[in-house]
Amino acid sequence: MLQIACPHCGPRDENEFSCGGEAHIARPKQPDAISDAEWADYLFMRTNPKGALAERWCHTVGCRRWFNVERDTVTHTILRVYAMGAPRGGGGGA
Amino acid sequence: MPLGLLKYGFSKRHPAPRALPPRPDLKDSYDVVIVGGGGHGLAAAYYLSKYHGITNIAVIDKGYLAGGNTARNTAIIRSNYLTPEGVRFYDESVRLYQGLSNEFDFNILYSERGHLTLAHTDASLRTMRWRAEVNQHCGVDSELIFPDEIAKLAPSLNLSRDVRHPILGALHHKPGAIARHDAVAWGYAIGAASRGVELHTRTEVTGFGIEGGAVTSVVTDRGTVRCGAVLQAVAGSSSRVAALAGFKLPIRTVPLQACVSQPLKPFLDPIVVSGSLHCYISQSSRGELVMGGSVDPYSLYQQRSTLDFKEGLMANMLELFPFLSGVKLLRQWAGIADMTPDFSPVMGETPIRNYWLDSGWGTWGFKATPVCGKRMAETIAIGKAPDILDPFRLDRFERFDLVGEGGAASVGH
Amino acid sequence: MKRQRQRLDVGARIDRGQRLAFRFNGKSYEGFSGDTLASALVANGVRLVGRSFKFHRPRGIYSAGMEEPNALVQLGTGAASEPNLRATQVELFDGLEAASVNCWPSVNFDIWSLNDRVSSMLPAGFYYKTFMWPTGLWMRYERAIRAMAGMGRTAREADPDRYDQTNAHCDVLIAGGGPAGLMAALAAGRAGARVILADEQNEFGGRLLSEPEDGETIGGRLAVDWVADARAELAGMAEVRLLPRTTVFGYYDHNFIGLIERVTDHLGGAAPEHLPRQRMWRVRARQVVLATGAIERPLIFAENDRPGIMLAGAARAYLNRYGVQPGEKVLVFTNNDDAYRTALDLNAAGIVVPAVVDLRADPQGSLPARAREAGIEILAGHGVVGTKGRLRVTEARVAPVSDGAVAGPARTISCDAIAMSGGWNPAVHLFSQGQGKLRFEEARGVFLPGNTIQANRSAGACNGAFPLAVCLAEGTEVGALAAADAGFGAPVLALPETKEAEEAPMEVVWQVPSDRPPGKARAFVDFQNDVTTKDVKLAAREGYRSVEHFKRYTTTGMGTDQGKTSNINGVAILASALGEAIPAVGTTTFRPPYTPVSFGAFAGRELHEFYAPIRRTPIHAWHESHGAVFEDVGQWKRPRYYPRAGEGMHAAVRREAIAARSGIGILDASTLGKIDIQGADAAELLNRVYTNAWSKLEVGRCRYGLMLGEDGMVMDDGVTARLAEDHFLMSTTTGNAARVLAWLEEWTQTEWPDMKVHMASATEQWATVSISGPKARNLLAELTGDFDLSPDAFPFMSFREGIVAGVSARVFRISFTGELSFEVNVAARHGLAVWTACMTAGEKYGITPFGTEAMHLLRAEKGFIIVGQDTDGTVTPADLGMDWIVSKKKPDFLGKRSLSRADTLRSGRKRLVGLFTEDPKTVLDEGAQIVAEPRDRPPMKMIGHVTSSYFSPTLDRSIALALIEDGPDRMGQTLHASMPGRTVPVRVTEPVFFDPDGERMRG
Repeated sequence: MLQIACPHCGPRDENEFSCGGEAHIARPKQPDAISDAEWADYLFMRTNPKGALAERWCHTVGCRRWFNVERDTVTHTILRVYAMGAPRGGGGGA
Repeated sequence: MPLGLLKYGFSKRHPAPRALPPRPDLKDSYDVVIVGGGGHGLAAAYYLSKYHGITNIAVIDKGYLAGGNTARNTAIIRSNYLTPEGVRFYDESVRLYQGLSNEFDFNILYSERGHLTLAHTDASLRTMRWRAEVNQHCGVDSELIFPDEIAKLAPSLNLSRDVRHPILGALHHKPGAIARHDAVAWGYAIGAASRGVELHTRTEVTGFGIEGGAVTSVVTDRGTVRCGAVLQAVAGSSSRVAALAGFKLPIRTVPLQACVSQPLKPFLDPIVVSGSLHCYISQSSRGELVMGGSVDPYSLYQQRSTLDFKEGLMANMLELFPFLSGVKLLRQWAGIADMTPDFSPVMGETPIRNYWLDSGWGTWGFKATPVCGKRMAETIAIGKAPDILDPFRLDRFERFDLVGEGGAASVGH
Repeated sequence: MKRQRQRLDVGARIDRGQRLAFRFNGKSYEGFSGDTLASALVANGVRLVGRSFKFHRPRGIYSAGMEEPNALVQLGTGAASEPNLRATQVELFDGLEAASVNCWPSVNFDIWSLNDRVSSMLPAGFYYKTFMWPTGLWMRYERAIRAMAGMGRTAREADPDRYDQTNAHCDVLIAGGGPAGLMAALAAGRAGARVILADEQNEFGGRLLSEPEDGETIGGRLAVDWVADARAELAGMAEVRLLPRTTVFGYYDHNFIGLIERVTDHLGGAAPEHLPRQRMWRVRARQVVLATGAIERPLIFAENDRPGIMLAGAARAYLNRYGVQPGEKVLVFTNNDDAYRTALDLNAAGIVVPAVVDLRADPQGSLPARAREAGIEILAGHGVVGTKGRLRVTEARVAPVSDGAVAGPARTISCDAIAMSGGWNPAVHLFSQGQGKLRFEEARGVFLPGNTIQANRSAGACNGAFPLAVCLAEGTEVGALAAADAGFGAPVLALPETKEAEEAPMEVVWQVPSDRPPGKARAFVDFQNDVTTKDVKLAAREGYRSVEHFKRYTTTGMGTDQGKTSNINGVAILASALGEAIPAVGTTTFRPPYTPVSFGAFAGRELHEFYAPIRRTPIHAWHESHGAVFEDVGQWKRPRYYPRAGEGMHAAVRREAIAARSGIGILDASTLGKIDIQGADAAELLNRVYTNAWSKLEVGRCRYGLMLGEDGMVMDDGVTARLAEDHFLMSTTTGNAARVLAWLEEWTQTEWPDMKVHMASATEQWATVSISGPKARNLLAELTGDFDLSPDAFPFMSFREGIVAGVSARVFRISFTGELSFEVNVAARHGLAVWTACMTAGEKYGITPFGTEAMHLLRAEKGFIIVGQDTDGTVTPADLGMDWIVSKKKPDFLGKRSLSRADTLRSGRKRLVGLFTEDPKTVLDEGAQIVAEPRDRPPMKMIGHVTSSYFSPTLDRSIALALIEDGPDRMGQTLHASMPGRTVPVRVTEPVFFDPDGERMRG
């Protein structure tokens, strides 16, 4: 049971949240302009790193807001919590 | 008393003719390097060496043999899938499994129990009927049965209508079985080693040499070896090893937990699965209840256990078997599952020539061990994936020709 | 009064005034309050308590705690019967009934002990090497083998007891209430931290409870008195919670800890009604202190498994804590000084200690010196090399040993118990569970806590600190540090003085040599699973080199005790057989739970009626009182049909459907998801999530929408109304309501944060009464006065607000049945009243409530799909023949790109069609497969399957919807559907069976 610091509500148990998978995968601006392979890459391919992973979480049974979490996929340490839209690796935790 | 046992018993000091050999030094070059010494990798080595005459093989593993998901699964074998492609593939696996003890002359303790997938709603009854029909059309023994018949097969199940999710029916798959998972890997390892395959445990692959779009060498922490072909069979590390070779996979790596109870006198013969209640259970030959549920909801490369898993799973267990409250949970563990978007594996060609892939085994890898080993061996030997693997190609994602098996998963996802 | 023949007359922590009667294996005994079942059995001279798993060898009580491998019992009878409990941890209560497990017909004469006679044939891994031949017979052997498996039995019926769960937060959680844990609690508690101190035993004190009455002192007080003082002080602290009888069993992520409290287990029939049997504590701790102590390591010697052979510390506990003699002549066997304490205490209690057999050549510590002074013979440089006795040990053979070999002739020492010690293994289980790494210390042969990633500290014996003074000091230190890290200042705490005898170094001996030929005298490593040293060596010879292979091959540590006493010995013997160092072979990672925990405790109260929430509509009570049969749709209960007396489902559905087509049907549609969407960009959001265009939808009008996943597959559908320029009400399928809301929120927050739009679920706020049928307008007109219902004023696919049956309503003129329909939405609290008003006013039109079954039939007649039934996540709009709803003009919407991929455009995709069976009476099975050529044998080519199938009373024939490869190109073709035992010819038709132009619903 992880404890995640929701930027809006404070630290809460993992089961209040849902994980939305890898973050910073932007939807192509013009899907029609890209190849099937590029579209498949957007839809299916993931870096799936062992170690630091930036992902999106939603405080589903709390404020229902989405935000980013950087989490170590080996130690399960939460390295950083940051706002949706903020760049990755901006330094400083929450 | 069977002759084999008597013969074995009276031999003076149980000789060990079929032993796992110690790790040799790495040679400069191998015809085939198999990355991953789990069930799949060992099976491929076995079939290559026994049926294709290729014995100059190194199986390389970072840890010990079969220490990954082969050692951590709940050992269920079945072929009652939803797509014809899946049914055909897993059916071949079941048939291979049935002959494996004799093939090895090493007992994998294959135990045919029958497999019940419970339906608690009309919608799931419909899916069960659909699966039964697909199975039967593929020649696989599955049928939809109703509570009176379920009661005969699993009298301990709670078939009361007065529960939150009453059991309305079940898909009964007679060939459903369990086996001793470690023995499967050991059988393949001993068989491969006896034909000259080298088993390099505690050896980590750190890179690949790629020339002109083809793999030519494997870099390890014990030196670099040249190779004619590579097979990647590293469930739980697929994305990472593929990244070393320079390509991405449609995989998310998540833990799948399981647990066992203390050993109990036998009361449950078939394997029981409930998709709606997210659990599956069988009673092992030692009397332990072997139980599993859903994969964890986020990626993790760590075999830790959680409390919430046990809480949810035990509530589900007690809905199905209310008399188990006082039974004790003994041990919990986790495997690391490489989940694909369509719940089907990814096998065959990669963007790199002579680099063959066996991945995306999510929560369904153990049951495919023999067919996968056999067919990947064939792929490597002839340089092309056979038809039976064709639906599982990596480029199906680009073509969008997916093999949707979500509806046939036992594990909740 | 029954005589407890091994009970001492004075001393110990039992209450001789409180006699407790109990039964074991059918015989009656007596014990005292404060006993465990094990101590009471020892007191009554019961030695043989169980049989081992494989060979059914007779086994006695081996330990005094949770590490017990032998004394497993079935406790109680009937529904509350519990299998495989450790007698050493079962607190005695009046009326307790217990029996040995894994023996038949009795523990004294167990027929399966025949296995033991042929044990030479059954070494480790023997199953793997036998029974394969002749081919095919294995399954028969397997059944016979399996019948012998297992230990205890499950109860036959549901457990009547309650299990509770509770959540807690604390600054410092301390696992273990021995000297280190108590000091840590005092330190943290005095600093003001919120502390939870948990200990698995019935009282705090740990090993101090086994001290004799004239034993150790702490701060000048007798150890047990010091414990009482500490406990009293802690009990007086407002922020400290004391949890005895509570095992910390699991150490999870982010300092989340699982505890199991045995609330009434020790009370038996006297347990008060209001208390649960056990309580699961789910604790989030800022800091964790592990003070879990150590587990004594057995010495592995030949014939070491006879009843009466036990751990030295256990013998001392039985003597000092429970006041029972572990034997009348107790031989002590050791490689360390600590076991001398046992010898001294036994001797002082008047029990004969024939000798202390010490593997060390020259034990010169103060404890051996005291033993010599007391006149106890010390056989230095000696080992026990064999024993005798069938159901209990009767003699030991003792010989000089040096350099791992027997170095002289053996002599026989008569004894009825052997207390032995191979040193102590720190209990690092919780540390390891919490992802701490272990390190190995060669000198004592122990694994110790190494690096950890979680906020924890180890203190005392679990940290390798065995002397009492060090335990107290470490406890004080880590308690203060933990409190400080949780934000609490330095406590006031002086270290109490101790006078414990100093111990000389031990000598690590993993295996005691024997003078018996190998193979003749077995030395057991794992008692429960009957793993011997020979098995371990066999595994090594056969190449099972890693600790995990060895464990699995030999089954070492796989029993109910999870190898608490066997793992490290096994690993050490394996390492020596392989010629490797122990750390190179590795130890196993410890997994939760620390000791076994009941299923019931994990499940807590989330069972039966609390298993999953039930959602009921505001009109539910009416349905119930009118005999509705319900079906589960997600969490909702929906009326499926309303049978009249003597009516089955088919008759009821037929009647309901006919009513809706000819008069009025009324449906409770409250479960449909409703999402309120507001904001300047609300229309734009709909443009992006639905396949069709929304900008031009007029206020007051409704439109049907199809929602796709980014993979282009149909995800949901429903009708959305424009309530105002910037205000929409979206409806979703019942099952997808939550998912669709989450989907909209995810896109607007993550990908389109600049959109000015907000949304909220309105499902529960509204009740929806749907009236359907040719007379629907007449009925509604009677219930409303303030709006014009004429087709021109209130056309199909529009909505109006007004008063219906006296309350404000939103009325949508939309139709899922294909009939003239109005969906009347009112505030949930008015739902029942409006429904009842409709029923009353509709009586003259023969208004008929209909359930989901008739609804499904009616919509299927119209060819309307149900997402999730006619689609399965692999179906595109084109596959459904719904291209008409996919905008060609919009530059983008979710899923659009996927619709132009090669595979979504190819021929051969399964597409929606209708099917007519040749025989109009035959109703196909949903899920039935369609083949073109029925005479083939499996494997057969399947070209599609039936998704929906009904008997249509309107058409007086069966109808079906199916997904079939290139279905629309097969119109008029005859195909074949499989049914149990036969195939049924079917003709492919359009998927709209009734009123294809929609005149009825538009009328």
